[in-house]
Amino acid sequence: MTAQAEQTAPGAMPATTLTVPGAVTHRFDFVLGLADDALVAAQRLAQWCTRGPEMEEDIALSNIALDQLGAARLLLTYAGEVEGAGRDEDALAYRRDDREFRNCLLVELPNGDFALTMAKLLFLAAYQVPLYTALAGCGDERLAAIGAKARKESAYHLDHASLWVRRLGDGTDESHRRMQAAVDEVWPYTHELLAPDPTAPVDPATLRVDFDSVVSGVLAEATLTVPETAWKPDGGRSGVHTEHLSYLLAELQVLHRAHPGASW
Amino acid sequence: MAGNLLHPLEIDVLSCNTWGMYGNDFPADDTSGGLLGEVEAAETALREAAERGRHGAVGADPAAYFAEVIAADQKVEPRDWMPEAYRATLIRQIAQHAHSEIIGMQPEGNWITRAPSLKRKAILLAKVQDEAGHGLYLYAAAETLGVSRDELVDLLLSGRQKYSSIFNYPTLSWADMGTIGWLVDGAAIVNQVPLCRCSYGPYARAMIRICKEESFHQRQGYEILYTLAHGTPAQREMAQESVNRWWYPSLAMFGPPDTDSTHSAQSMAWKIKRFSNDELRQRFVDMCVGQAEVLGLTLPDPALRWNDERGAYDFTQPDYAELMRVIKGAGPCNRQRMEHRRRAHREGAWVRAAAAAYAAKQANKKEQASKKEKVA
Repeated sequence: MTAQAEQTAPGAMPATTLTVPGAVTHRFDFVLGLADDALVAAQRLAQWCTRGPEMEEDIALSNIALDQLGAARLLLTYAGEVEGAGRDEDALAYRRDDREFRNCLLVELPNGDFALTMAKLLFLAAYQVPLYTALAGCGDERLAAIGAKARKESAYHLDHASLWVRRLGDGTDESHRRMQAAVDEVWPYTHELLAPDPTAPVDPATLRVDFDSVVSGVLAEATLTVPETAWKPDGGRSGVHTEHLSYLLAELQVLHRAHPGASW
Repeated sequence: MAGNLLHPLEIDVLSCNTWGMYGNDFPADDTSGGLLGEVEAAETALREAAERGRHGAVGADPAAYFAEVIAADQKVEPRDWMPEAYRATLIRQIAQHAHSEIIGMQPEGNWITRAPSLKRKAILLAKVQDEAGHGLYLYAAAETLGVSRDELVDLLLSGRQKYSSIFNYPTLSWADMGTIGWLVDGAAIVNQVPLCRCSYGPYARAMIRICKEESFHQRQGYEILYTLAHGTPAQREMAQESVNRWWYPSLAMFGPPDTDSTHSAQSMAWKIKRFSNDELRQRFVDMCVGQAEVLGLTLPDPALRWNDERGAYDFTQPDYAELMRVIKGAGPCNRQRMEHRRRAHREGAWVRAAAAAYAAKQANKKEQASKKEKVA
């Protein structure tokens, strides 16, 4: 993809932003990372459909899944244009293998119980809100437009997850135990979200302050603590995933791949 | 609500006439105009009736007043006196409709994670989400009759109230997402459009809103089938096989033949129901024939042919013995659908308990704070 992409892409991108060698590939990977976070999160949230703890929650989780899916489609379409190899959203979603996916590990972790899903959503939204907000002001017009749209949705996701984390953390003994266990399990995966990437349109490391302030506020109110551990799993951004992603993609892609060339 | 009302809410298998109340909307452009037009007309009639106002006062004879309201095509509202049997019939019918929306999420939910394009995935997810919304909306309509949603959910989970038996069939291919939209939602809307004129105000208003929203569902189903029928040979075969499986169960959604449907007469007199099962079934068949031709798919009935004298299509009746078996629990997916719902309810119990405990703590904190303020 790299050689061909670099040859064809200058037409698709403003030349001024992509004069550095390898810039197209880097931009493609960056956009793909955002897109895959959203796509994989949507797929996991959609798995909750008909299984929510309340009927209202079925609607809320579907809503959030739809938002993530909507952002994923915009970002995948843009990634395809940056690459310049003629791949559309479906080509990128359905015909890449797990090693070509650039999502963070956090989103591919199985849903677990409702507490685990809310811990994942809290951390994802606490990252996506400042990320999309920063993108809305970045020099790349397309990313800025997507960021402006998605940040409003992410603000709702953050609100929803925060509310549930507080309810579960400060609810019953059982819910507190489950919520704390969920935070303990998921917390190490948050480091990958904020790993430095100084040449990206928005360097994730610059989101750390916002992320920490939001998350620590919610956890404190929820009577929860951050686990003490030095373990910082990563690899998603370079395509080295957990064992879970391949299964998730098998389900997502099975029908599309069974009918090569078909339209739906 | 009063415990003595719960018994009549339990389903009476042999006389139930509400099987097909779940539903959705309307087919592609040629027919949707007609039925959506009826929805619009019902809404206009509702508004006009409200403007006319109701005659007279309740007076000493509420039963006579109720009869007058029905006769004048006015709406019965939640606080009005109504016969207990009218109330019970409505609760049962609206609840079954609500349960059908909720259980009906499962067969389609089954394909969300495997939808073959991102666009289809988004549409299907939105559709299933709509069904959850319709379920909640209908439970709220039922609550205006003095029963709580928790009670109704309990009646569903304990098997004492039913849902449309169509959802006890499995979705085995992607084409089923199209066929459910076209045939199942199509049959449901044929049932539901007349309910927009139901004599009970909250139900009529709910149905107007639901019928409008669901016209999107039907269209997306039809469009899925159209795309498949005009796609690769394998896609075409997938579409035809799906229609073959769903045709007769869809016809059965209208319930038993009129000769066996004992509740219909009373429901018609109360203007809850406006057309008989067989009338609606005929209307549905007449509507589908032309649509199948446009799709380029064959309805699996060799006896299907136009009858000039009747001005309608002759067709083979569905297997009503099968319908009764499925209603009684012996369909392919009855156990699976119920267990799925029970599990979601069971596994969500600790979450609901936490939400209640948290709300109580917050209320308590507020109370303490306001006490302190008063002391200060």
